[in-house]
Amino acid sequence: MPVLVYTENADGKFKKSTFEAVSYARAIADQNNTNLVAISIGDVSSDQLIALGKYGAEKVLNVSNAKLKNFINQAYASVIADAAKKEGADIVVLSNSFSGRGLAPRIGVKLQAGVADGAVALPEQTGKFTVKKTAFSGKAFAVVELTSINKVISLTPNSYKVVENGGAATVEDYAAEGNASDFKAMIKEIVRSTDKVSLPDADIVVSAGRGLKGPENWGMVEELAGLLGAALACSKPVSDAGWRPHSEHVGQTGIAVSPNLYIAIGISGAIQHLAGVSSSKVIVVINKDPEAPFFKVADYGIVGDAFEVVPKLIAAVKEYKASA
Amino acid sequence: MKILVCISNVPDTTTKITFTDNNTQFNNNGVQFILNPYDEIALARAIELTDGGNGTVTVINVGEASTEPTIRKALAIGATDAVRVNAKAHDAWYVAAQVAAYVKANPFDLILTGRESIDYNGSKVASMLGELLDLPSVSIIKKLDIDGDNVTVEREIEGGKEVLTTPLPIVAGAAEGVAEPKIPNMRGIMSARTKPLTVIEPVGVKTLSEIISYETPAPRGQVKLVAADDTAKLVDLLHDEARVI
Repeated sequence: MPVLVYTENADGKFKKSTFEAVSYARAIADQNNTNLVAISIGDVSSDQLIALGKYGAEKVLNVSNAKLKNFINQAYASVIADAAKKEGADIVVLSNSFSGRGLAPRIGVKLQAGVADGAVALPEQTGKFTVKKTAFSGKAFAVVELTSINKVISLTPNSYKVVENGGAATVEDYAAEGNASDFKAMIKEIVRSTDKVSLPDADIVVSAGRGLKGPENWGMVEELAGLLGAALACSKPVSDAGWRPHSEHVGQTGIAVSPNLYIAIGISGAIQHLAGVSSSKVIVVINKDPEAPFFKVADYGIVGDAFEVVPKLIAAVKEYKASA
Repeated sequence: MKILVCISNVPDTTTKITFTDNNTQFNNNGVQFILNPYDEIALARAIELTDGGNGTVTVINVGEASTEPTIRKALAIGATDAVRVNAKAHDAWYVAAQVAAYVKANPFDLILTGRESIDYNGSKVASMLGELLDLPSVSIIKKLDIDGDNVTVEREIEGGKEVLTTPLPIVAGAAEGVAEPKIPNMRGIMSARTKPLTVIEPVGVKTLSEIISYETPAPRGQVKLVAADDTAKLVDLLHDEARVI
């Protein structure tokens, strides 16, 4: 029984989180000595579909029905669950992206499958099928056993490395339409800023808090993020005060992130904020208060005033980039 | 308009999370439980939409009797009545199946949840309910407006947003931006005591998952401090030692 992976695209382009999901699904297929089948829905170029082989997919089912060009979770869930049945796949993998979160539970219900949402590691299959996932908003992990025959796993972005050692995948056109009742929701508008790095996918995140004193002081934070190719984030008080949009709020009641590098500027490190950043690989803290709790979970720290340190850090990054 | 808001009883956001019984049980000793913060947002929007007698807001919780203070809090904030399904919330599938069974017998125009509960973060109940009831679902919404029989929601996508319209009913998971949470006033607190809270027994559901153990994140080593005027050294460390830039 093959493993099926759904390869999400944004405006016809696969994202890093998609390649992570394919690499992860490949490893699960290897654990079970089976094949990996990918399913792509939407308008994706054949070059990109063939290239899914690099990440380990043997076969790609390509659904390019105009009705399904835009993401409607209800219809996509029908298509993916049907494909799983037709291919005889008992494990379905997808990214725990914003869209993936609206999709995995629906696929789970259709396949009567247990859903491991937000997986952070490969399943253990020693008698029981268990998956480690984030819990308590990043304060802990839970090991979940999926006791059902079919299983759905959604992978936390940035938690599994992209592996490229495959070849070219065979692409098959796959006819699918979803059910008539799947199309009640209609998309009116999609706004995607192409110049901004998306926060949940970002390798580097530059985040700032109340220490910046006001929204007018974000220029230097934006400059640093721009230089590092980083996404912007902020603490809860900052988004509550309307200095920055809610979509940048990282923490227990905001977004949980797991970048390679998280730079926190003028954030004291309340337990709710730390929950959202605990799975970052490296944490840098810049704060003028040496007693700030954030230093206790940081890898690197600078005790100093953000208004002095950040411009110096920008200069140092510029110098590094010029010499690199 | 009849609105249903699904609510969870979760550890307070300031809780330090620990486990007992060889890391197989959550240690709720001394933990304060609250109404899940995202459910508060959903409830606040439901109350706004029915303001001035334009409908009712029912809250439903799947939980044992110990969740009743949280249900009363929702009534104090302004829900019309409450239902408790008398069972431990085993997993998202179990909860969704209980709520779906209730909704099949008692239809609603709009069903709201929080975007996720802050304990298990599954973000699953809204979409599972949508699937079980054959309704559209949007798991994380930033905005929700109703115009007659249609609803317009804004959902977050990576690096942007998407606006969708659908006819009612739908199931949606509320996130920040949908409404400001409401604080109960004295009248609300007084009236909550006498508002109807109906306890119903669960329907039989086969569970599909089981939490078998917990882990806490590995502690980090001692922080390496760099002098404030030596930012070049920090850049070097990030490049040479941490290898993240």
